[in-house]
Amino acid sequence: MGLESLVQRCEDLCRDLDFNYVKEWKKKTGSKAVAFMPIYVPRELIHAAGMLPVGIMGGGDDLEIIRGDAYFQSYICRIPRSTIELGLGGKLDCMDGFLFPAICDVIRNLSGMWKIMFKEKYAKYLDFPQNLGKSGKNFYVQELQQLKADFETISGKKITDESLGRSNALYNENREVLRELYDLRSRYPHQILTYEAYLILRASNILEVSEHTRLVRDYMALAMKKSRPNRDYVRVIVSGAFCEQPPLTLIRALEGSGCYIVDDDWVLGARYVLGAVSGSGDPLMALADSYMDKTVATGSRHEDASVKGDYLIRLVRERRADGVVFAAPSFCDPALLERPMLQDALTAENIPHTGFKYAENTGQIQTIKEETGTFADSIKLWGAE
Amino acid sequence: MNIQKKMIGDHYKKLSTAKADGKKVVYTFVPGNLNELILSFDMLPVHPEINALQSGMRKKSGDFIMEAEKSGHSEDVCTYVKCDIGMMKKGNIGPTGEKLPEPDLLLLSYTGCFTFMKWFELLQKEYNCPVAMLHVPYQGDGEITESMKQYVVDQIRDTVIPALEKASGRKYDENRLKEFLRSSARAEDDLVAIWESAKNRPSPIDAYFGGVYYIGPIFTAFRGLPECEQYYKSLRKEVEYRVEHKMGPTTPEGELNQQKFRVVVEGPPNWTSFREFWKMFSDEGAVVVSSTYITVGGLYDRGFRHDAGKPMETMAEYCMGCYTNRNLPARVDILEKAIKDYHADGFLINSIKSCNSFSVGQLLMLRELEKRTGKAGGFIESDLVDPRYFSASNIKNRLESYFQMVAAKRAST
Repeated sequence: MGLESLVQRCEDLCRDLDFNYVKEWKKKTGSKAVAFMPIYVPRELIHAAGMLPVGIMGGGDDLEIIRGDAYFQSYICRIPRSTIELGLGGKLDCMDGFLFPAICDVIRNLSGMWKIMFKEKYAKYLDFPQNLGKSGKNFYVQELQQLKADFETISGKKITDESLGRSNALYNENREVLRELYDLRSRYPHQILTYEAYLILRASNILEVSEHTRLVRDYMALAMKKSRPNRDYVRVIVSGAFCEQPPLTLIRALEGSGCYIVDDDWVLGARYVLGAVSGSGDPLMALADSYMDKTVATGSRHEDASVKGDYLIRLVRERRADGVVFAAPSFCDPALLERPMLQDALTAENIPHTGFKYAENTGQIQTIKEETGTFADSIKLWGAE
Repeated sequence: MNIQKKMIGDHYKKLSTAKADGKKVVYTFVPGNLNELILSFDMLPVHPEINALQSGMRKKSGDFIMEAEKSGHSEDVCTYVKCDIGMMKKGNIGPTGEKLPEPDLLLLSYTGCFTFMKWFELLQKEYNCPVAMLHVPYQGDGEITESMKQYVVDQIRDTVIPALEKASGRKYDENRLKEFLRSSARAEDDLVAIWESAKNRPSPIDAYFGGVYYIGPIFTAFRGLPECEQYYKSLRKEVEYRVEHKMGPTTPEGELNQQKFRVVVEGPPNWTSFREFWKMFSDEGAVVVSSTYITVGGLYDRGFRHDAGKPMETMAEYCMGCYTNRNLPARVDILEKAIKDYHADGFLINSIKSCNSFSVGQLLMLRELEKRTGKAGGFIESDLVDPRYFSASNIKNRLESYFQMVAAKRAST
């Protein structure tokens, strides 16, 4: 498969709101699929039960909201309304369960709505510990054990230490290859275009993990062979877009405005755990440890104010970024409440930043493009003065 | 009403002289608050939501919110937070005009509201003081499991108590804690009797406006203290007198004895136009017989009492039992029961722009409740303390139409 066809396939997967890949996979394997909302869920457990984890990130800009709006006030973000629209339209019928991880009050309450509206389907709110001491770990292990038992019931298949160990290893490999992709983009942003890298990453929401790992490797090899111009763009990190995703046209426009995106927090669940889940000892405990000890910093996770912004600043340094673009969905509490603290931390380090809000169906692309274009120009003209 | 005004006024006075008096101060949130534990360390509690709503009632919140927005806070987020940040940036002068003390500890009881977490991260940055995180797991499946309870107990024992010891300079004294817990349980009995008095016709209380104004608030900073017990004893006596003499509740417009409509209300009130909002109900002869906002501090009417016999477990159960820590199906059940138990003619949802914890799912709740009870549901929108989001004429029109609908429905059955 050539580069264009490979990227096109990922775009088709991203835009396919009928989830044909899931239907075909289920038919082929005779197994089941469990959907999950952003940001992070332990996909390894779903996989170890022989099921397909499927990330749902709303309906994007292709979905017309007809019934979903009737369930949400105008001041609620868009992702729950498009997700309800998908549910009411029968698009999610191929999912045999739905996980709602603790991101914010919207996704939390959506879990209760799901229980009322789709009574016949398994729906689970997944609480993650915010207290990361021993008590938090004990709690999280119990949560994982409950989840394991639930998945065994749904799949009718026992999750053994061996099967979970294998799944942990496959997801380690996948995270490793995604790290390579991000490192490569940071080194050669003119070769690994963000629009493409995003689609490759986004495909991790749906493809079976081994297939996705192969796809990322294929993409990197093909993209590095392509001759592409190295433009005089500034290097930026995008922060705040970890849940509801920007429309694809907006991602393309950001790059077109003169910004090479050298890191971001899109589809963060696929890269949430840093490093590898340990391959020794109890694999469930190893999975719990990976959440407790080695993850990215993000708005939905409590962090002491004394270290607030450190992760982002470190990323700016490592990626040699010229500045940060804060991109948050409208009405997104985690991102918007976090933003002033991160802005202050960047300002204290003399790192330029700008920000905007979007929705998954934003049409105001030109305005945002002008804003980030001006930001890029100002960095080129005056640097981080 | 006069006693509660004095108690709250005295509390703010104490806070203003806390540093001079050598008192240590802990900021914490209303839902799932550990008041008895705080009192056992002889510390003074400050509740930022209460400061914000008091600022709203005193027409100060608009300026505070603008101040926070000028410093980079989004117009989309919680106005309680912005009101608090704005108040701090303007010198931390509290709602009564006295300066509030800086915290010695931020006790982050992360219960039923995501914003709490960010709120105290923001405050920690400003005050540079320690945070004790008490993560209260959400009742996602509508129940409190043993593992959830153990998690909260462990955190109280291993995180919260050591942090309080350090901040206060006092050792944990379980016997002292038990005394406060016993006092709370006695006051809780009286509180429940007061809430349940609304089953009478006419109702002697208004369980929303009156509920948040003079019935509920004393239960926050004062729960566990003798003056709290005394307050609820007196209030219960007065309410029983009203029941006996068929008297309605006191409203800003006088006593509401002619009660045409009995309604249940879901969601917080608007504070910036509180009196005007209340008057819209009393003008229509509507009394609120039960409301959910009064249960963010605890669902005592469903049987919970602080139990001094098991201090850690009882605090954990209390934290997890708050209304906003219950999932949406449970909230619908609670409302359905209230509509039936209190013989309500209908129910109203006041949907608050800046409170996702309450607001997300309310339109589904409306449908479910109409389906289950056959009663008319109404939906209005406002905000907690942002005066820009209180449109009096719109709300009044909606309320008038709603009560006409209730009357028509009643006439047809």
